[in-house]
Amino acid sequence: MAKILADKRIETKHGRSRPVAKRHMPWGTWALTLNAIFVYTFLYVPIIVLVLFSFNAAKVGAQWQGFTLQWYNELFADARLGDALWTSLKIAGLSTVIATTIGTLAALALEKRGWRGRKAFDTGLYLPVIIPDVVMAVSLLGFFTLAFRQFQALLGLNLAMGLWTVIISHVAFNISFVTVVVGTSLANFDRRLEEAAADLGATPWQTFWKIKFPLIGPGVLGGALLSFTLSLDDFVVTFFTRGPGVNTLTTEVYGRIKKSISPEINAISSLMLLGSTILVLTSLWMQRRRQA
Amino acid sequence: MNTPTWAVELDHVTKEFRGSTAVRDVSLKIADGEFFSLLGPSGCGKTTLLRMIAGFENPSSGDIYIEGELMGETPANRRDVNTVFQSYALFPHMSVAENVAFGLHMKKINKVDVATRVKQALDMVQLHAFGDRRPKQLSGGQQQRVALARALINEPEVLLLDEPLAALDLKLRKEMQLELKSIQQRLGITFIFVTHDQEEALTMSDRIAVMELGKVLQVGQPTEIYERPKTRFVADFIGECNFIDGTVMAVENGAVTLETTGGVRVVGTGMFPVAAGDHAVLAVRPEKVRLVEGQQPQGTNVFAAIVERVAYIGSDTRIIVRLPDGSPFDVWEANTVSTLDPNQYYTAGDPVYVTWATQNSLILER
Repeated sequence: MAKILADKRIETKHGRSRPVAKRHMPWGTWALTLNAIFVYTFLYVPIIVLVLFSFNAAKVGAQWQGFTLQWYNELFADARLGDALWTSLKIAGLSTVIATTIGTLAALALEKRGWRGRKAFDTGLYLPVIIPDVVMAVSLLGFFTLAFRQFQALLGLNLAMGLWTVIISHVAFNISFVTVVVGTSLANFDRRLEEAAADLGATPWQTFWKIKFPLIGPGVLGGALLSFTLSLDDFVVTFFTRGPGVNTLTTEVYGRIKKSISPEINAISSLMLLGSTILVLTSLWMQRRRQA
Repeated sequence: MNTPTWAVELDHVTKEFRGSTAVRDVSLKIADGEFFSLLGPSGCGKTTLLRMIAGFENPSSGDIYIEGELMGETPANRRDVNTVFQSYALFPHMSVAENVAFGLHMKKINKVDVATRVKQALDMVQLHAFGDRRPKQLSGGQQQRVALARALINEPEVLLLDEPLAALDLKLRKEMQLELKSIQQRLGITFIFVTHDQEEALTMSDRIAVMELGKVLQVGQPTEIYERPKTRFVADFIGECNFIDGTVMAVENGAVTLETTGGVRVVGTGMFPVAAGDHAVLAVRPEKVRLVEGQQPQGTNVFAAIVERVAYIGSDTRIIVRLPDGSPFDVWEANTVSTLDPNQYYTAGDPVYVTWATQNSLILER
C-alpha cells in the first residue's frame, strides 16, 4: 500500500493526477454504498430468480435443466387463467375510470382555498395510502357486511358480495392515489394562466377545458395509469371483498400456490411484473413530460 | 349617468384583504387614449388596483367604471380590457400564433379573419417568423411581445400592463419603453401601466399617479410630479432629493424661511399653507444645487461646506458635501466640458459654497 501511495505521489509531481488523499472514499460513503448494494440485492435477486425459473425446463425443484417456453405456452392455453385476467382487467378498468373522475374532482376542490375542513379532507385522503392493505380490506369487509344488513332491514333488499364490491373497494383506495398525483400536477399549474384566459374572454368552462385540463392532463393520465396498476396488482383487498366465483389474476395465483409453486406460477408472475413495470414507467413518463 | 369621456373612472375604491387594506379610498379619472402610470414601491396597492380594473378582484367598497359603464362584479371575461401580465402568462401548450389568436377564438370570429389579424398582430411586434414556436423557445423580450400582441389583437378600450418590463435587462427595457409608447400612440388605446421604476414612468406617461400604502398621493404630468411634488414621499420616491427639516420663521410672497435646529436658515417656495412656528421640510434636488469655489456668493441659501465624496459617472459628477451642521448634501454637476484635467473636478476636502435659488426648492409638509 505504501508503495502504491509513493508511486502516485510521483505521478502527482508530474501533474498527471490529483493528490492521492482525495481518492480515499470516506467511511460514510463506503457504508452508504454497501447499504445500496444490499438493498438492491434484496429487492431484485428474488425477482431475477423468479423470471429465470419461469424459463427453467425442470417441473419441480431448483435445478436448472435448460431453457424452455413450455410454461408460457401452457399459460396461454389455460382458460381459467384467461378468465382471471379478464376479471382483473374489468375491475382495474372500471375502478380506474371511476377513481380518476372522483379523484381529479377532489384534487380540484382541494386546490380551491378558503373552505372549511379543507385541511382535514386533505389529510383524510392520504390515509388509504399509508394504512396497511389488510386494515383497509377488513374495514371494507366490515362496512359491506354492515351496509348489507341495513339494506336488508330497511329496504328488504338482499345484497351479496360480488364483482361490484371489489370494484367499489378498488375505487376507495385508488381515489387517494389519483388525488395525490393530480394534486402534484395542479401545484405545478400556474394559476395566472386562468386569469390570462379569463382576461381574453374565456368563460370559466372554456378556461378549464382549453387551458387547465390540457395542462394537468398528463397528471390525470398518470394518476389513472397508477390506479390501473395498483388495481391489477392488488391481492389483499380483492381477497376480502370479492364474492363467490370472483377470481382475479392475483387470487388465482394465490389459489395455485397453496398447492405448490409451479413453473407456471413463475411465468404468470413474470408477465404480471412486466405488465406493471410498463404501466408504472408509462405513468412516470407521462408526468415527466408535463414538466418538460 | 357618467359621461363616457373617461376610459376608466375609480370612485372611492377600497380593497381589504383579511383585515389589511391594500387600496384605500382611491378616486381617479383616466382619459381615453391616455398613457397613465400607477407608480409606487412594492406593496403600495398599485397591482391590486390594476387587478380590480381587470376584474380579477372586486373592490370592498367604491365603484369602477369602464367607458362610463359601472362594472360592479362583472367578471374579467366580460370586460373590454386586456392585461399584459408581469410573468407574461403565455399558454405553454399552445404555439405563439395560437396564444395570440386565443381572444379572437373566444369571440367566435371566423378562421380567415383570425388568421389575418394574428398575422397583423405578430407583424406589429416583429414576430411574424415565430408564429409556430412554443413560448418556451422564445427569449424574455420576445415572450413579452407575444403577450402584448395577444392582448392588443382584441382591440380593447383599455390595456392594463402589470410591470411588463420588469423581467427584461436594461437595454431591452429601454427599447421596449419606446416601442410600447409608439404602439400606444399609433393605436390610440388607453394604457394603464403599473411600475415601480420612476424613470420608466417619467419616460412613458402622460400622467402618473404616485401611490404609497394603498393611497394615491399625487396625480399629475411627469413634470408636475418631478418639479412640484406635494409630499416628502413623492419628492423622495421620484428621483433624488435633499431634505432639510426646520421650523417656519417667516412667510413672504410665497417664499418660506425655515430654521434648522442647528440655526441654519433656508428659503424655499411654499407648497402648502404654512404659518410661523409650523414644522416643515425644504426639498431641493441635487441637480438644482450649485457649488461655488473661492469667493462667497451673495443671496439666500448659501452655505460653506466641505466636499466629502466625489463620484464621476460620465454625464454627471455626483458630489456629497457636508454642511456646517454636519448633515450630508447631494449635488450633481453636469459634465459640460470634456477634459482630463484633474483640477476641473472636485476632490474630497475641497472647501466650497453650496447654493440654490429659492424658486428651485420647495417647502413641504414634514
